[in-house]
Amino acid sequence: MTDLLLAPGFFSSGPVRTALLVGGGAAVVSGVVGVFTVIRGQTFAGHALADVSSAGGSLAFLLGVNPMLGFLGMAGIAAAGMEAVGVRRLRGRDLATGVVFGAGLALAALFLYLATTTTSTTGAAITVMFGSMFAIPAATGRLAAVVGLVALAGVAAMYRPLLLASVHEDLAAARGVPVGAAGLMYSLVLALAVALSAITIGAILSTALLVGPSAVALRVTRRPGQAMLVAVLVALAATWLGILLAYDSFVWTPGHGWPVSFFIVTLIMAAYLLAPRRA
Amino acid sequence: MTPLTVDGLGVVLGGRPVLRDVSFRVEAGEFVGLIGSNGAGKTTLLRAILGFTAPSRGSAHRGTVGYVPQKILLDPDLPVRARDLVALGLDGNRFGLPLPSAAKRRQVDEMLAAVGASAFADERVGRLSGGQQQRVLIGHALVRRPALLLLDEPLANLDLHSAAGVVALLGRLCREQGIAVLLSAHDMNPLLGVMDRIVYLADGRAAVGTVDEVVRGDVLSALYGHHVDVIRVHGRILVVVAPAEELAEPEQHATLLPPTAR
Repeated sequence: MTDLLLAPGFFSSGPVRTALLVGGGAAVVSGVVGVFTVIRGQTFAGHALADVSSAGGSLAFLLGVNPMLGFLGMAGIAAAGMEAVGVRRLRGRDLATGVVFGAGLALAALFLYLATTTTSTTGAAITVMFGSMFAIPAATGRLAAVVGLVALAGVAAMYRPLLLASVHEDLAAARGVPVGAAGLMYSLVLALAVALSAITIGAILSTALLVGPSAVALRVTRRPGQAMLVAVLVALAATWLGILLAYDSFVWTPGHGWPVSFFIVTLIMAAYLLAPRRA
Repeated sequence: MTPLTVDGLGVVLGGRPVLRDVSFRVEAGEFVGLIGSNGAGKTTLLRAILGFTAPSRGSAHRGTVGYVPQKILLDPDLPVRARDLVALGLDGNRFGLPLPSAAKRRQVDEMLAAVGASAFADERVGRLSGGQQQRVLIGHALVRRPALLLLDEPLANLDLHSAAGVVALLGRLCREQGIAVLLSAHDMNPLLGVMDRIVYLADGRAAVGTVDEVVRGDVLSALYGHHVDVIRVHGRILVVVAPAEELAEPEQHATLLPPTAR
């Protein structure tokens, strides 16, 4: 019976340990960055970055380089591009985002098709789009740690200007915040967070990790710092519990397990539905 | 340094001259009403003073400024309490994480008390009523003791009682703290008790002086370029602009008539 809840070898498995570390890191960064994504109304932009970054991840598979570099490169370019195209008006930003992300997915389709026909990496599409947490190479773990720390440092540095600009851009500008530069910096930090989630739960699902825990946090607390703490805890709990359940699922259905991403995103959804509207 | 000196200011937006040649000063402790109908250029003038819009001619020089933008609608789900927004007025432009400080907390508490916002200091700012949000925004703008306070139509969305409360608060802060206040409004009547002087904007130009000097038929007729009547009834002032050829209906800055009677 305990095998169904905690299958043997969970804590001694190398791939599990990497998944717990990299997934946990992605959860922490997503929780912190995601609160700003939600209060700045950039959920759609976050999703678009993820879709575009999937083109980079696919290209990396095709070329045989570290997928994280692909995710990072494309997300960074897309973030800078979206800020350059449609900064001023909300509608402009929306349209620019929509156009860019369609193009990104088209590229991903091309690269994944080429990758599966010319080489024999049949799992590339699943890995890029939905993640393969138990197959993260140790080298990616080190790169992920650097990316995560840079993203956290970026949010810490810009915490107050970003918070004020999230309340109202004119208030921030009058208080001496360079609103345009802060927006660009935030979009780049968002690109880092998205790339980090993309290698764990996959590009398509990274928005769920970014936005879901923050949405829960906004329901249960009215303070900005606490919101980040709650978002981090929800994201961490969902990620680690999801990894455990996915590991256990090899026992439930002998021969093959269920995807980690399925469990993580479902747990986040459950937290969102069950979260009390306390504050 | 004079808190605000506007000198021959002109602003062109989208090829259209919105302000032509506006000059005035606001001294410390002085309450100046920026009055004009919709589209007269009030917001443009404030944005030029803030440096958000570049002037096409002339200049605006100012000291440190606090600003309350118009028609602000804060997101009710924002995880920001009234006291957080006031604190951001103190150091919202700083990099790095805010460290808890007793001195800062005391400053924020004093400001919340000064604007009458202590009772809802720990509420989400986006869930407060319009009048309560105005008080918090004024606290945010004033907490670092600027020389100049700019408010863009702060009374626009308030009921009469809240508006009177905000006006009384601003008049008191202006006198007690020696802050120069420039407040824009389309209706001057709620401000008659507190305004020292008025900057009356029409057609991109300004008439400046006390209410009695400026709000007169001859002065405003010259400003508008056609006949204007100023009617004083029960301590209220009604400016009635005669319909010009291109105007579909007369402009009224303070109407005593129900909308259907216009």
